[in-house]
Amino acid sequence: MNALIRVIHKEYLQLMRDRRMIPVLLIAPMVQLLALGYAANTDVLDIPTVLVDLDRTPASRALVDRFTGSGYFEIVGTEQDIRGIDSWLVKGRAQLALVVREGYGAASGSGARPRVQVICDGTDSTSATVGLGYASRIIAAASAERVEVELSRRGQPGQGGAGTAAGPRVELDSRVWYNSDLRSRWFYVPAILAMTLMLMTLILPSMAVVREKEIGTLEQIIVTPIRPWQLIIGKLWPFMVIGSLNFFFVSALVVFLFRVPLRGSILTLFVMSLPYLVTNLALGLLVSTIVRNQQQAMMASMFFLMVPMIYLSGLIFPIANMPDVIQKITWAIPLRYYVNIIRGVFLKGSGLAVLWPETAILCAFAAGTITLASMRFRKRLD
Amino acid sequence: MRKTLAVALKEMRQILRDPFTLAMLLGVPAFMLLTYGYALNFDIRHVPMAVEDRDLGVESRDLISAFVNSTYFDLVASLPAGADLEGITERREATAILVIPEGFGEEIAAGRTARLQMILDGTDANTATTVLDYAKAIVAERNVAISSSGALAGQAGIDYRPRVWYNPELRSTNFLVPGLMGFILMLTAVLSTALSVVREKERGTMEQLRVTSLRPAQLIFGKTLPYLGLSLVAAAMIVAAADVLFDVKVAGSYFQLFLITLVYLVGALGWGLLVSSISDSQAMAFQIGALSSMLPAIFLSGFIFPIRSMPLVLQAMTYTFPTRYYLVVIRGIFLKGAGIATYWEQAAFLVAYTTLVFGIAWFRLSREEAVA
Repeated sequence: MNALIRVIHKEYLQLMRDRRMIPVLLIAPMVQLLALGYAANTDVLDIPTVLVDLDRTPASRALVDRFTGSGYFEIVGTEQDIRGIDSWLVKGRAQLALVVREGYGAASGSGARPRVQVICDGTDSTSATVGLGYASRIIAAASAERVEVELSRRGQPGQGGAGTAAGPRVELDSRVWYNSDLRSRWFYVPAILAMTLMLMTLILPSMAVVREKEIGTLEQIIVTPIRPWQLIIGKLWPFMVIGSLNFFFVSALVVFLFRVPLRGSILTLFVMSLPYLVTNLALGLLVSTIVRNQQQAMMASMFFLMVPMIYLSGLIFPIANMPDVIQKITWAIPLRYYVNIIRGVFLKGSGLAVLWPETAILCAFAAGTITLASMRFRKRLD
Repeated sequence: MRKTLAVALKEMRQILRDPFTLAMLLGVPAFMLLTYGYALNFDIRHVPMAVEDRDLGVESRDLISAFVNSTYFDLVASLPAGADLEGITERREATAILVIPEGFGEEIAAGRTARLQMILDGTDANTATTVLDYAKAIVAERNVAISSSGALAGQAGIDYRPRVWYNPELRSTNFLVPGLMGFILMLTAVLSTALSVVREKERGTMEQLRVTSLRPAQLIFGKTLPYLGLSLVAAAMIVAAADVLFDVKVAGSYFQLFLITLVYLVGALGWGLLVSSISDSQAMAFQIGALSSMLPAIFLSGFIFPIRSMPLVLQAMTYTFPTRYYLVVIRGIFLKGAGIATYWEQAAFLVAYTTLVFGIAWFRLSREEAVA
């Protein structure tokens, strides 16, 4: 036991002495947090739109007002001719073109139907889909209104009463749970917690362990009576502590800076995070038994572990969109379960009652990886 | 010239001797390509939806069919009245729940407004937003179908024609894969150059190179040439794979694609050199290089997240990242069939950036040579 405490003490001293590490410990996660937190936002508003109003009547202007009034579209320019749209869309100065044809405002009954065209730059397909959806709804509402007006013009009262209803209609009420303003930030930011923890507990420990190998002091430790398990725990313990401190610090930022609600209990979340931390530490240790120097440790843990895990865990890209084969692979990624835990606790206020399967799986991962890593580590030592 | 090539050859040999780095330089792009092409996209289809139909009439069944036939929704459960809706979303059994009240069909038959309720799991705000839009669009179409039984709507209603240019099927893969080029090339170019120069410094072979008759220019060009070659090969690989595997075709000119990529790469290599000139160790070079190239390339370049949606401060910052400009041009060439001339502002910035960065790096590195 004594030996263990000594090893831990030595590790702390080494950590403090490595000046270069400290900026990494503090700056990298901060930068990551800020970048992802503020930049990762796929909410679509103020879509730049170029307007071609060939009608120029009060009616067409009213239609345009509906568009701009919705908050979803922003008119960034007007053209007198349809051919002018080209340069706006190609250069990306506008994402949408709204074309109101002549005759829109003319009285109905003249035979021709009022024509409206919307041309959308599909390059950014996500926002294009959303933009088209908004446009469709606005047009549908305007269209319904015109029919109503026409009905009363022809002296036919609306079927529901004095010209109010425009005939049979379905209306959709929507309720959004857990994230009623549909802030995409609430989706991404809690996941940052998982990412920064991975940085602390996967990449750094792997480098730290390899450093001993590189410098040659590992050999010296072997000849001491320190047992392998004491060395392993001693080396990983400081990072466990750092990881835990980071957890609370980043959570505080998420709640107070990004104003993501924490509807569950932070302590429950912490307890459920422990197996995740241990799994990462074990993976870091595993990496250190495979590579030869710090640089390889950094590259291997970042590119062969962290980056694939981020992509395939549902952090940014929904797992449901992936092909079945790959969805099956995602079952093997610890981060996937942890992401569910984080989002569940933050946004749904879930506790162990709902999240126990994920927690149990993470515990299994933790046990498995630490066994594997220790076995390899011990073999290396001998 | 001969000496530059000699240095380049030496660099190539060293690269080939370090299989690990090579694996990373080629493997990471390949992995990214495969995952983005096959697995990662934002297109949402087959959203699991549960329905609590309290009306069970013809109208409600038609409505549910409309939802399912759109292929945007999959019916995963038909719930009895009074089911535990919250449990369903909490256990992630369904993302959307459609609640059709009793009397739905009656209201429509009587010509009144019938109300429908949709409950969404808003945790994944992106999916939820899109799902909501789909739902509203489907309902709007139902309304058109219902009301156009009257000939009036055919005359007075708006004739609405939406069209989508450049990416008519609205595949997000078309959006992401060209963007991937910007990210991969930046990352590999910066890291490889930064690490290679610093490695020489660390090992002490830099000093040995200095006492040779090599001039700084020859050394710098010689060291970066192989990485330029490798990156161009990677770029070609990405374009080919995008076409063959993911059906992402280049609508514009391949030559112009090559040209702008060349400018971008030289800029990235220059940045790598700059990073190496301020780093003492490979570890530091890696961290600074990765942080300064990877993060901006992913988050602040419009690769995944639209720049327009970012806070103004961040938007201002994006103006300093070459990847932002490169992506505009690349997407233009890939999807819009446009040329560099259309994007002359972006191209001009890239040329200026490349010249500036490479110039500063050269200056710093030559000074280091001369000092010792």
